[in-house]
Amino acid sequence: MTFKKNFKTLAAVGALLAGTMAFGSTQAADSLTVVSWGGAYTKSQVEAYHKPFSKKTGIEIKSENYNGGLAEIKAQVEAKNVTWDIVDLELSDVVRGCDEGLLEKIDLTKLPAGADGKAAKDDFLPGTLHDCAVATIVWSTVYAYDKTKFKGAKPTTIADFFDLKKFPGKRGLRKNPKVNLEFALMADGVAPGDVYKQLATKAGQDRAFKVLDKIKGSTVWWEAGAQPPQLLADGEVLMTTAYNGRIFNAAAAEGKPFEIVWDGQVWDLDLWGIPKGAKNKKAAMDFLLFSTATEQLAAQASWISYGPARSSSIPKIGSYATKPELKMGPHMPTAPANFKKALQNSPSFWADYQDELNQKFNSWLAK
Amino acid sequence: MSDAATMERLETADGTPLKVALTRALRRKRIRAVLLVMPLFAFLFITFLYPIGLMLFRSVDDPLVSENMPKTVAALRDWKAAELPGEEAFAALAADLEDARKSGNMGRLATRLNYETGGLRSTITRTARRAGKLEAPYKPQILEISEDWGKLETWATIKRLGDRFTAVQYVAALDRKYDAQANIVQLPEDQRIYVTLFMRTMWMSIVVTVSCLLLGFPIAYMLASLPLKHSNLLMILVLLPFWTSLLVRTTSWIVLLQTQGVLNDIMVFLHLIDDKGRVQLIFNATGTVIAMTQILLPFMVLPLYSVMKTISPSYMRAAQSLGAHRFLAYGRVYLPQTLPGIGAGCLLVFILAIGYYITPALVGGQDGQMISNMIAFHMQKSLNWGLAAALGGILLAGVIVLYWVYNKIVGVERLKLG
Repeated sequence: MTFKKNFKTLAAVGALLAGTMAFGSTQAADSLTVVSWGGAYTKSQVEAYHKPFSKKTGIEIKSENYNGGLAEIKAQVEAKNVTWDIVDLELSDVVRGCDEGLLEKIDLTKLPAGADGKAAKDDFLPGTLHDCAVATIVWSTVYAYDKTKFKGAKPTTIADFFDLKKFPGKRGLRKNPKVNLEFALMADGVAPGDVYKQLATKAGQDRAFKVLDKIKGSTVWWEAGAQPPQLLADGEVLMTTAYNGRIFNAAAAEGKPFEIVWDGQVWDLDLWGIPKGAKNKKAAMDFLLFSTATEQLAAQASWISYGPARSSSIPKIGSYATKPELKMGPHMPTAPANFKKALQNSPSFWADYQDELNQKFNSWLAK
Repeated sequence: MSDAATMERLETADGTPLKVALTRALRRKRIRAVLLVMPLFAFLFITFLYPIGLMLFRSVDDPLVSENMPKTVAALRDWKAAELPGEEAFAALAADLEDARKSGNMGRLATRLNYETGGLRSTITRTARRAGKLEAPYKPQILEISEDWGKLETWATIKRLGDRFTAVQYVAALDRKYDAQANIVQLPEDQRIYVTLFMRTMWMSIVVTVSCLLLGFPIAYMLASLPLKHSNLLMILVLLPFWTSLLVRTTSWIVLLQTQGVLNDIMVFLHLIDDKGRVQLIFNATGTVIAMTQILLPFMVLPLYSVMKTISPSYMRAAQSLGAHRFLAYGRVYLPQTLPGIGAGCLLVFILAIGYYITPALVGGQDGQMISNMIAFHMQKSLNWGLAAALGGILLAGVIVLYWVYNKIVGVERLKLG
């Protein structure tokens, strides 16, 4: 997926640099380009949002994939040729994109009330509504392992992930300082509430990198969300960090013997944002309102184990779409048993420190 | 002399002197040629020269601070960075940030300054949100908002970026920065990366080029000396991978080389290594060099082959019949004639290698990354296009220097690409 995206970026950048509109496609108003992260996650959106929306309105939806970040949106907005209508964004990108004027403002008063009649602003979980975006899911970065590879003790805490003596073997990590540094500090005994305070100081950063140093020599780096289940399945790594939904789907849909360790999970939001100057802004807004309704959010949760952003959707969560006996509730990041030691990814921290920490991380990697 | 004189007197059927008619015909031909080339030139200009120029321009053009903080920049003009600027600069800052917030440029301004110093982003946004409510004296209140305003370096950064055209990005691209007194200093050890990566890119490209030459030379020699019937078949073996998608070939190498992959399995099966001692052959520099060598090999074989094909076998026979040993004849007669091919192949492979992006991105892991991956990172992830442009500019300058050196040593007119 990475390469496909890279070509797309290149094309977008090319279009911008050449000052030509040649690469952009002109679209009819009855189609909508929805951009998301691909794989099992996009499938859950297609089933829960796209299909019913197309059925209701007759608007055809084109689904595209990307790997996060604001590069494509920035290129399109600067070239004044915005071909993406609505994009599934991480919270930190929403904060930055909104500040930099890359995203349309959203009129939150238009959001429909919950199925139980609660007004939208009370129905959505705290922090899930933003001036430029509306959250759909709560997802989480966790670590997972293949239980058939362990004979005796199995890893249970975040510290076990960084313990090569107790569990010798390769580790998979996302090639990005985000979440890895948080994991490292929590593994070193820092309480979730103090992680970002520590990371804002040089001593805390050094401490986190020192923990990462312990497994650096045994690490396989991944970039796309679809990679970690593959790395586990191939036996390339003993354990890997991953998005919880991807691991769940590999286990539920493909019967893989994967186990998630929830201790020290770092959770985040995915939100719908509309790039500034989107060609089908009105249809995109309709899609946003439709897909963030109670029913749709609950329906998505039967395709992938990401928690819905509305409280009224939670009681409606059923079982896995193709396996009625598999209840989805206990697999959500927000299920009480999973949520004991959890940290919310801080978008404001990363907005401030990502340039500095990326530089340090890349420098650390290259050594 | 006499020819010219004859031509002077000759005339065409309609009475124009032959010389004039000829020049006219030639000129028409030249115009037609230029017109035929025009579409290509326009295409190259729009898709190649113009974007590259624009990109390079971005590496020195940095208008955000000068456009959005004009009052502060003016107030800092005579500031010497010996102590904090006075009330006047703080008042200007409050006015500028209030304007930036109103015009919607605050976010971009904050992002730009954050590239220089981590944490400035929230300092700017926080200050800008309160700036409208502040009243004189500004200095104590702004110092209250964030301790960053009490640092000389913050003000020095604003002053420096106040010049629209700067070399800041090139300084950053060489792991250096300006300190408050505007001296260029090296970054702390744990933030240096680009110089190392430039060196590694050079080094890996040299290794790839040499491996391609060592592997490609015998193949090209064999292709050139075998009878056509066999050599055509072999040629297809060279070209078939050349026509196969780069991605397919790169991912095939992953399948072959990964620790649970084919090669490791065979070695374990043959008891060359035990199951615990599987070798890491991919997702590191080794894997990148292997995959890139295979992918770039045709670019070495084809120019070599085309040169070797033109070398008459009778030279070797002549040398041997005059008493030279086979190896001597090969080294003194054959080899020098292949030099244009070697030069062309090496130049081609090396230049392609130093800009290689997808293969190291896929199989490079942590120590097989090249500078192009960093450029892509700044284009796509950090959105620091100015820095990406500066890194690209340095890479481009490197290629041009290399080409110049090649021209001095081998001579571009001897370049033979096929």
